[in-house]
Amino acid sequence: MPAVRERPAPRVHRPPEEPPVRRPGRSPHHLWPYALIAPAVGGMLYLLVYPLVRAVVISLQDFRLRQLISGDAEFVGLRNYRTLLSDPRFWEVTGRTFVFMAVNVVLIMVISTLVALMTERLRRAGRTVVLCSLVLAWAMPVVAATTVFQWLFHSEFGIVNQSLTALGFGSFDRYPWFANGTASFTILVLLIVWQSVPFAAVTLYSALTTVPAELYESARLDGASGSRIFRSLTFPMLRPIFMLVLSLEVIWTFKAFVQIWVMTRGGPDDATTILPVYAVQTALSSQRYDLGSAASMITVVLMSGVLVLYFRQMFRQEDDPR
Amino acid sequence: MTPLRPRVRRVPLNAAAVVTVVVCLFPVYWMVSTAFKPSRDIRSAEPRIVPCTWTLDHFRRAVQADGFELFWRNSVLVTLGAVLLSLFVALGASFAVARLRWKGRRQFMLLVFVAQMAPWESLIIPIYIISRDTDMLDRLPTLTLVYFMITLPFTIVVLRGFLATIPPELEEAAQVDGCTRTGAFTRVALPLLAPGLMATSLFGFITAWNEFAYANFLIIKQQDNRTLPVWLSSFQNTFGTDWGATMAASTLFALPALVIFLLLQRHVTSGFAAGAVKG
Repeated sequence: MPAVRERPAPRVHRPPEEPPVRRPGRSPHHLWPYALIAPAVGGMLYLLVYPLVRAVVISLQDFRLRQLISGDAEFVGLRNYRTLLSDPRFWEVTGRTFVFMAVNVVLIMVISTLVALMTERLRRAGRTVVLCSLVLAWAMPVVAATTVFQWLFHSEFGIVNQSLTALGFGSFDRYPWFANGTASFTILVLLIVWQSVPFAAVTLYSALTTVPAELYESARLDGASGSRIFRSLTFPMLRPIFMLVLSLEVIWTFKAFVQIWVMTRGGPDDATTILPVYAVQTALSSQRYDLGSAASMITVVLMSGVLVLYFRQMFRQEDDPR
Repeated sequence: MTPLRPRVRRVPLNAAAVVTVVVCLFPVYWMVSTAFKPSRDIRSAEPRIVPCTWTLDHFRRAVQADGFELFWRNSVLVTLGAVLLSLFVALGASFAVARLRWKGRRQFMLLVFVAQMAPWESLIIPIYIISRDTDMLDRLPTLTLVYFMITLPFTIVVLRGFLATIPPELEEAAQVDGCTRTGAFTRVALPLLAPGLMATSLFGFITAWNEFAYANFLIIKQQDNRTLPVWLSSFQNTFGTDWGATMAASTLFALPALVIFLLLQRHVTSGFAAGAVKG
């Protein structure tokens, strides 16, 4: 549904004759569209293309605090990339980034598909309540949600520790979640899944509502089981939207910088450092702007792989006449 | 089939629905209820789900905390500036894309889609350096410009979608009646575009209101120019271990976004899906 609706109106079929008054000389009309998009193009060139080019240039230079102040950076070719790629810590971070992404995305997609299927089967009142609570969780600002999760998992007064202790897991009495790498990692996954499922579930649910009910009825009359209906009917119809949501979630998980920075700053001992956190740490804390930029560029290259898949999916949908 | 069966079959379904609602709402509820609890209930070994006494102390402390008003004002200024700028620029661009025929239109839309997916988190370092070089570090207009750019592509895509649903014949009729092209647009199309303008500006508002990374790294020395999310993230320095005040401050910060989302509920999906963007 989204990209399909986005197709530009088929202008070609409009009656070609417009009021004749409007085109005495053609040239001013020719310039209008370019004048209208000029501010947008200007903004994108200055705030997107230029920084991107600048990042590439910095990643090829020797650029530290001294060069930031004096401004005479030297080109060193691919030295920064070589330094990064031969650093075992960088590889650990990259590996962790992919594990983090995979765990999050799988959880998000599975849970949100289940929630969407469930929401569709609910009666009207239940559906409204579920959708409302999804929207509320979705609306929670990232920083606010992060502080709330820190409070939920507070070692002394956090409700999670107290509930777990009350349930008989005595080892969770004053358990310091943020001192343990795996535990911090788990909390971040929980936080990101909690924040991301609403968008994915609501989008998948609205895609589900576009599947005609007659199809289900005839499938059921043919004696198909629930899982069979999902595999051969629901999922194929949902596929385009499912792929879109999947690629968006991959990209957004790559960008889960804020939650990590606010909650753990990548710690304890690097246990929650993923590529964007690593890049910022290297650049702004260690003042190695060159290495940080190189790490960012590697992140961009990895992410653009996903972007290519996303755009292919989107354009295939746009060209599809349906 | 007995009439009982469908009812029994609905039990796991309804249970799952209840679990979903509880999981979604509990953190939000816990934030708000902690904010209203007296401190001795917050620091107790047996937490109460429903506070037995309610207090506004934490809110008072959060509002009176150093600079709360200032950071609130900064956030509002930056957000409004970014939203208005991007609406204005996007209106022109989406009109050009939806209504006019010109060479390079497809390429322009491709650029917009790419910008929408831009890896903003990876551009912090160059933007930090560019702002430093142009003496824009530590200043609020820098944030306004960055947020303008982050929201612009989405605004263009959604407004173009809305404009495409308004038949151009309406404007042409107005032009036949003697309006100029601009006059026809402002009098006929703009009012019809109102829901689209509302939706995009509210989405822009939420994005800019919540943004943390750039606000944190582009405003470093000038503490007075910080925005609310950054202030909130430094709560441990601001309030010590005062979780009541922290939760009160979080509630006050989250409130605008929660209210806007609830009001917008119906447009949320279609709008977000149309732009395929999350805040």
